[in-house]
Amino acid sequence: MFSDERDRPEQRPAGPTARDVAFWQGNTALAHGALLAGCNFFGGYPITPSTEIAEVMAEELPKIGGKFIQMEDEIGGIAAVIGASIAGAKALTATSGPGFSLKQENLGLAYIAEIPIVVVDVMRGGPSTGVPTKTAQQDVMQARWGTHGDHGTICYAPSSVQECYDLAIKAFDMAERFRQPVLILSDEVVGHMREKVTKKDPNKLKIVNRVRPSVPPDKFTPYEADPVTKVPAMAAFGDGYSWHVTGLTTNDWGFPTNNPSEIEKKMLRLVNKIDKGRKEIVEYEMEYMDGANVIVVAYGSVGRSALRAVRDARTRGIPAGFFRPVTLWPFPGEELARMALGAKIILVPELNCGQMVLEVERVIRGRSEVRGMSLVNGELFKPSAIRRMIEEVA
Amino acid sequence: MPSTEVLGWLRTRFMPHIWCPGCGHGVIMHALIRALVELNKDKTQTVIASGIGCSSRMAGYINACTLHSTHGRSLAFATGVKLHKPELTVVDVMGDGDCSAIGGNHFIHACRRNIDITAVIMNNNIYGMTGGQASPTTPAGAWASTTPYGAIDPSFDLCKLAEGAGASYVARTTIANPKQAETFIMNGIRKKGFSVIEVVTHCHTQFGRKNDRRLPIDNYRYFKEVSVPLTKSKTMTPEELAGKVVCGEFVDKDVPEYTEQYAKVIESARKKG
Repeated sequence: MFSDERDRPEQRPAGPTARDVAFWQGNTALAHGALLAGCNFFGGYPITPSTEIAEVMAEELPKIGGKFIQMEDEIGGIAAVIGASIAGAKALTATSGPGFSLKQENLGLAYIAEIPIVVVDVMRGGPSTGVPTKTAQQDVMQARWGTHGDHGTICYAPSSVQECYDLAIKAFDMAERFRQPVLILSDEVVGHMREKVTKKDPNKLKIVNRVRPSVPPDKFTPYEADPVTKVPAMAAFGDGYSWHVTGLTTNDWGFPTNNPSEIEKKMLRLVNKIDKGRKEIVEYEMEYMDGANVIVVAYGSVGRSALRAVRDARTRGIPAGFFRPVTLWPFPGEELARMALGAKIILVPELNCGQMVLEVERVIRGRSEVRGMSLVNGELFKPSAIRRMIEEVA
Repeated sequence: MPSTEVLGWLRTRFMPHIWCPGCGHGVIMHALIRALVELNKDKTQTVIASGIGCSSRMAGYINACTLHSTHGRSLAFATGVKLHKPELTVVDVMGDGDCSAIGGNHFIHACRRNIDITAVIMNNNIYGMTGGQASPTTPAGAWASTTPYGAIDPSFDLCKLAEGAGASYVARTTIANPKQAETFIMNGIRKKGFSVIEVVTHCHTQFGRKNDRRLPIDNYRYFKEVSVPLTKSKTMTPEELAGKVVCGEFVDKDVPEYTEQYAKVIESARKKG
C-alpha cells in the first residue's frame, strides 16, 4: 500500500466517496476494522497510547447491540474478553506495555483453553511506566514469550493506518480459525498518525467464524481436534452444550490430566496447529529485492522509514532491498532466508536494543552478515539515518 | 444420599474429587446443587465460574457450563460471560484467598457494578491447597504455616466488605447449617443483582491441625457454638460478639442491575446512532 503508486495520484481509481474512504488515526482504524470483522465485545482499561481504541468501541458497540465494558484493571479487561468469547462473542482488548504485562497471565489461559480473542498492544518505550507518549518496539519478544509455558503465537505489526484496519480483520479471522489469542503489535506512531483508509465493503468481505460442534451435546468432546486443522470445534456457553473450560492441561474431554501422553498430546497440538497453519497466517511485504545486496528488514512504523531509505539508496544507484514482516510471529524466516540468498548484508533497524535482529540472525545462519540498528530515544528512525547506514555498508 | 436430580448435576467422570475426607466444600456443593434443582435451572443455561484453590475445583465437578479460570480473576471472567449473554444464570464459587486477597479488586467492583452474578464464598480462613498459609480471613492470633508466631493482622469481614461495595444481596451462614446455605444461595440466585453468600467452612487438614480443630466434627461443634443469628446479634454487645459468626441475610435490596442498565445504553445508542 505504500508502493510507488502512492506517489502517482493519476493512477488512483477516480471518485472515491466518504462512504469508501476515511481519514483516521491508526487506533480508530483498528477499532473500525475490528467492528467490520464482527467484533461485538470489548473489555479493557484506559492506557496511553491505546485508549482511542476503547473510546471508539464504547461509542460504536452499543449501536450494533454489542457490549463494551471498562473493567477495574487490565487483568479484568482480558478476563472479561475471554469470558465473553467463551459465551460466543468475538472479543477485543487493547492496551500498551504495562497493561500488556498485566495481561500475560490470562493470555496463558486463552492459549491453553484455546479461546479466540484479539489483543492489541500499542507499543510505547521502556520497562515499567517508561515513556507513555513516545514510540518503541520493545515488546516484540514479550509478544512471543510473555506468558509462561509453550504455545504457538500469532502476532501482526501494522505499519500504516490502512494496515491497522486490514490487520484487525485478519487478526479476528485468524483467532477464530485457530482458536487462540491473536496479537496486534501496533506502536505509538502508527496508532496516532492519520492517513487515508480505503474501507472494505462488508457485503463483499468474507469473514471467518469459529467452527461450531456438528454433533449433539451428548456426543460432544470439547477438545477433540479436527484431524486436518488440529483445531477442535468450539461450543458457546448457553447454546445447548455443557462443557468445562480450565487453565489446567486437559485431555480431549477437557478434564485435567496428569497422564504423560495426554499432557504431551495437548502441548504439541498447541504448537503444531500454528506450525501447520503457517501459510494462512504469515504475511510479508518486499520491495526492490531484485539483485539486492543490502537488505533492510523492518516492521511496524520503522517499515515506513526503511522503505523510503531503500528507495533513496536505489536512486543513488545502491542495490538495496526492503523486506517487511507483517507477521512478526510466526516470523517469515523461510521467506526472508530464500529472498536474501546472496545478499552481502542485512540491516535490521528497530526501536529497541536488538530483539528481532536475533530472529533474523537465527534464520540467516551466517549466510549474510546481519547488523542491527537500535534507536531507543522515543523517536522514529529518520529515513536518512537508515540510508546513510546502507551507503556505509554497501 | 443425594437425590437423583442432584446426582444429575454431578460430573462423576471427574471423580474422585481432590477434597480431603470430611471437607466442608462438599456440603456447600450439595447446597448449591440443591438450590439449582429447586430453582429448576437448565444445566446448559447455567454457568459455574471459579478461580484457583480447593474450592475452585467445584466448577469441574458440576455438570453445567463451567469455567475454572485463574486465581482471583473468576468474577472478571464471569462478568464477560454475563454481559455478553445476560440470559444465563451465573454462579461464581470462590475461596477466601481467591475472593478477598488476589481477587479483592474484582470482588469489590463486581459488587459496585451490581452485575447479576451469585458469588458463593467458601471461607475456611486458610490457603488449603498450598498447605495452610494465612489468608485475609485468618483470625488474628491464629496459627498458619506463614504465621509461625501467630497471625498479627486483622481479618476481613467479607459480608461488610460486600455491603460497603454495593452488593444487592449479602448473607452468611456456616456448613453446620446446610439447609440455610441452600436457602441463602437460592435467594441469591433469585436476586436480580450481585449476590454474596459467605459460607463459613473449615479446613481441618491445614487450619484445624494447627488450631485445635483437627477433626471435621470438632469444626461442626465449633460452628454451632459460635454461630449467632442476625436478629439475636442485634441485642448483643461488641464484647459478646467477639469471636462469634453472625449468620443471616444482611442486605436484600433492589437496585439497578448492570446488564439491564447496559440494555438501556444500547437503546439510547441506537436512537442516537
